Amino acid sequence: MGPAPGPAARGREPSYLGYVWFQLEEVGTLRILAIVKQVPDSNAAVKVTADGKGIDQTGLKLVVDPFDEFGIELAVQLKEKRKDVAEVVALTVGGDKAAEALRVALAMGADRGIHANDPAFETKDELFYAAVIAAAVKKESAPIDLIVTGKYNIDLDAGAVGAAVAEYVDWPHIAAVTGFELAADGKSFVARRRIEGAEEVVEGALPVVLTIEKGMVEPRYPSLPNLMKAKKKPVALLTSKDLAVDAGLAAGLQFLSLFPPPPRPACKMVPGEPDQMAKELVRLLREEAKVV
Amino acid sequence: MNSNILVFIEQREGKILPASFQLLALAGELAAKTGGQAEACLLGQNVSGLTPAVASYGAKKIYTVDNAELRYYRTQPYTTALAAVIGAADPRAVLIPTTALGRDLAGRLAARRQAALVIDCTELVVEGKDLVATTNVYAGKLGAKFKLSGDRLQVITIRSNAYSAAEPQAGASTPVQAVSVTLGPGDLRLKFKELLSTTSGIKDVTEADIIVAGGRALKSEANFKIIYELAGVLDGAVGASRAACDAGYQPHTRQVGLTGKTVTPRLYIACGIDGAIQHLAGMRGSKVIVAVNIKPDAPIFQVATYGCLCDLFTLVPLLTNEFMRMKG
Repeated sequence: MGPAPGPAARGREPSYLGYVWFQLEEVGTLRILAIVKQVPDSNAAVKVTADGKGIDQTGLKLVVDPFDEFGIELAVQLKEKRKDVAEVVALTVGGDKAAEALRVALAMGADRGIHANDPAFETKDELFYAAVIAAAVKKESAPIDLIVTGKYNIDLDAGAVGAAVAEYVDWPHIAAVTGFELAADGKSFVARRRIEGAEEVVEGALPVVLTIEKGMVEPRYPSLPNLMKAKKKPVALLTSKDLAVDAGLAAGLQFLSLFPPPPRPACKMVPGEPDQMAKELVRLLREEAKVV
Repeated sequence: MNSNILVFIEQREGKILPASFQLLALAGELAAKTGGQAEACLLGQNVSGLTPAVASYGAKKIYTVDNAELRYYRTQPYTTALAAVIGAADPRAVLIPTTALGRDLAGRLAARRQAALVIDCTELVVEGKDLVATTNVYAGKLGAKFKLSGDRLQVITIRSNAYSAAEPQAGASTPVQAVSVTLGPGDLRLKFKELLSTTSGIKDVTEADIIVAGGRALKSEANFKIIYELAGVLDGAVGASRAACDAGYQPHTRQVGLTGKTVTPRLYIACGIDGAIQHLAGMRGSKVIVAVNIKPDAPIFQVATYGCLCDLFTLVPLLTNEFMRMKG
């Protein structure tokens, strides 16, 4: 169920055993990891740089991906409701600015952060992004039991992260989750997920990766005092020296360019009084657009 | 690896998703340029009856996996079965329809096969020996181009209605190869318990070819009746803006937009929706967009094909009558 405890965990053992003795009921063992991606705000105009390779960062408002916020909220709620959750870890892959996204997650209630920050991790390939995340998960000294992330991220519009991370760590995953009940044993669960036109009920046991659908939880706003406190929470930095990611993985997909979408043809206003307008629109849809 | 392109045929309870046939046409066109052919993969239980339909839309060979565990879509058994078909067919690329199922399957499959992955491609062309895929990023505000090259398998999901299906040709004699798959405990770690219907028989927006959507201007849940009537006569689905869902006029399962569902129907009729950037992100890929709005400066008119500057409460019932007359 995840990697064996590494040297870091073994180093902690003496003091840890000291208080486990009388806090046996209180100390949880479950570890939850929330994936936090920093993305441009959905209201922001996104402009392509002159070389067509990236987006203009000038004045661009960056936020935590709204779907990833659902994952952070679920993780924090599980910790608040249960005694068996040891910690919520927030993981971000991104440049220096992504530290701000991590701070939001810590202010929402995550206990510590991991910041995978290396130019080598910059990618528009969700598989590579997922491989970096999986490498960071495998590096954890104590095993992670539950990984939560958004149903998709609003920058790449792809939605493959949860499935790919799960495959890389060889866990099952459940996509577009709308409900999650972890049993008292801290292992078995019942989840609901949204599929086209219906909801599915699925049973399983940890570890698992969940991708969260809108509406399951309402993310809290991080308060100013919590944002200040978040500065004191530990954040581990990881670079490509720390994470073994198959560099060949990125070789199959070569990013060429970004470009503004071709403008849609100008809107044809349908003339006339409502009666004629309705008739004319139906005629246009039938004879010109041929869609009805 | 050969030059063939394999299409994953999405079917549910014996009903094939029409977008699968669009992908067969695309696969045939691309493979012809690189010396290969379009092949199809059909997974499920008792799927052999579906092979003539798949053949008629242009598959030159069909691989089937028939297994009770594949009756309903489950990510891991489907990934294992599709990976087995890929092992047998050895194609250069796999095309999958962009649906919730397709996104889920493509991510897991690509990770398993160390493949290159592009999701929700709107255009796929051959340049030299390579495939070049165009997709949308930043909620449809920008397009992005990727080249898929090298000796890795390529997994690409294709947006519905980005390509047209060919006219079906009956009587094609197409070889069918059954592939056997052993599903292990690792594939069956999740247990499916039950299916809860959330839409009580009404078509979901992601399944519909025509969507009639209402915004906050509808003012109440009861007023959505006229939207349902228009959708009904067009055999379409009902969608709603975030504002209308947040106000409780419609459930969030019907929300179209950035935090709702992304749809690309043949026809999208937006009634009383002004067109916030987040809403446009969810529907701007629709083939034809009709905007019914009384505000001439509403952003929805910038993406609309046809605009009706009119009160929706007046126009929508007239449209319903007009379509009813047309259908006789």
